Amino acid sequence: MRTLKKEYLLHLMLIPGVIVTLIYAYGPMAGLVMAFQQFEPLSGFFKSKFVGFDNFRYVFQLPDFGQVLWNTVIISIFKMVLFLVVPLILALLLNEVTKQWFSRIVQSAIFLPFFLSWTVLGGIIIELFSLNGAVNGLISSIGFKPIMFMLDNQWFRGIIIGSDVWKGMGYNMIVMLAVIIGINSTLYEAAEIDGAGRWKQMIHITLPSMAPILILLAVLSLGSILNAGFEQILIMYNPTVYEGADVIDTFVYRLGMFSQQFGSAAAVGLFKSVISLILVSSTYYAAYKYNGYRIF
Amino acid sequence: MRHKQSISRKLFIVFNTLLLALITVLSVIPFIHLLSISLSSNTAASAGEVRLWPVGFSFDSYVYLGEKVEFFRSLWVSVKRVVLGTIVNLFLVFITAYPLSKSNDRFKFRTPYVWFFAITMFFGGGLIPTYILVKNTGLIDSIWALILPGALNVWNMVLMLNFFRSIPKELDEAATIDGAGHWIILWKIYLPVSLPSIATIGLFTIVGHWNAWFDGILYLNSPDKYPLQTYLSTLIMSMNAQMSSISIEQIKAMENLSEKTLKTAQIFMGALPIMIVYPFLQKYFVKGIIVGSVKE
Repeated sequence: MRTLKKEYLLHLMLIPGVIVTLIYAYGPMAGLVMAFQQFEPLSGFFKSKFVGFDNFRYVFQLPDFGQVLWNTVIISIFKMVLFLVVPLILALLLNEVTKQWFSRIVQSAIFLPFFLSWTVLGGIIIELFSLNGAVNGLISSIGFKPIMFMLDNQWFRGIIIGSDVWKGMGYNMIVMLAVIIGINSTLYEAAEIDGAGRWKQMIHITLPSMAPILILLAVLSLGSILNAGFEQILIMYNPTVYEGADVIDTFVYRLGMFSQQFGSAAAVGLFKSVISLILVSSTYYAAYKYNGYRIF
Repeated sequence: MRHKQSISRKLFIVFNTLLLALITVLSVIPFIHLLSISLSSNTAASAGEVRLWPVGFSFDSYVYLGEKVEFFRSLWVSVKRVVLGTIVNLFLVFITAYPLSKSNDRFKFRTPYVWFFAITMFFGGGLIPTYILVKNTGLIDSIWALILPGALNVWNMVLMLNFFRSIPKELDEAATIDGAGHWIILWKIYLPVSLPSIATIGLFTIVGHWNAWFDGILYLNSPDKYPLQTYLSTLIMSMNAQMSSISIEQIKAMENLSEKTLKTAQIFMGALPIMIVYPFLQKYFVKGIIVGSVKE
């Protein structure tokens, strides 16, 4: 009785958060029943007709679906690998810089796009790579024919991957730099006495010390393999490059909001959520086992 | 021996400095290019003559921007959104993190509540069911559609919670002995000591609300209710739609018609507030990242 009296205030404090989460996080989860319905907005969840797995069957046999799935996976894999390799190289190079002010300027320039929205960055990219944009200006000034970057499926995919790396690489770079700075300096002093040069120190001290964080970042990024970058692609793509850059999220958006096939769109969403759940929970479990990583 | 090594080291340092300087310049060039276009004459900009310096220098686009109703209307919506959204988010994060930061013996129901919130980090209903739910709760075309669905950010709540846990228990206990209840402890003791953390999370939230654009497209029907970034996204998508027209001549004709300098001026203004607060962002974010990723 005494504890209840003390604890009731704690329950009260949780009420607003619980209500918001219940409505806007658990509500949509319950709303996933529409994946098994021929959903009509006017009839709602309760009166729409149940159709079993028809929506899934319908979507999986759509001719574009295989391509969409492939685009999603291939774009994410490229992004995942580059998000490890590029920041690692940058962090290692920055670690060799002795002048603090220079290091700080470089870090600031690299980290800036991380904070800008895809509207701003997408606008800049479209501007730079359009047919009479600056990049094509450079290309034609050295005597080559202009390239239709934004209308060519191969080029466009490259631009999607490259621009996301541009926006996001600063984050992992900062994390990795923090780890490098945290390495015990006596290790380097001992290595120097043993005659190891900077290169050998990097191979035998820096990289092995970073292995845990590299594995952790890699493992955690696996969970988002079906997130190829919705907002980014949505703002930059156009019907000509659907073949190379239409991903699950953009596909769901068009199927639901434009074709009004709510049930089928929710079915694709559910398919994605379930796979992501399996991947995320197993990768977090692995991160926990391997590295003791916990969220709470 | 020692001497020889230092020569190769010097060579490396020169090379490394040049490489990093090049990367820095490349990272900054797109923004300079954007600014230069916005400060050029419309003819030069449309012909794609502008590189890193304005051609036919003119402030016209910014003067015209000053009279552009859509721009200021959406800017005002953004300001409202940032202020309202940040207050709501911070309040919920603060009040939810407190009970969950208590140990299990002081708050018996902690574990079920933690699970209740944690599950939403791993599984969600996805785009379409969320849209239907926002629609069913009557938020379509209201500014609250941009605030309530994400009102409790669980990641930020976890950051806050971890900070609360680092507050010495003695503070709590002393206050309890003096007869203070949870409510008093929360506002009189926890609030003052956690101001730096609140500032950090507040900055994350402000940037998040300022940059968000897709929820505006999804939930708002009338363009006069769009926040700035959503308004910008419509500009960029129209730029994009023009580009995907078929022939090169057509593209050129359309690009001439479009007010390129005005668009770039608006995109630049969309990025400007972030660039102004960037030094603070960087400082706090680096702390936040390190707290968030390298913790026990």
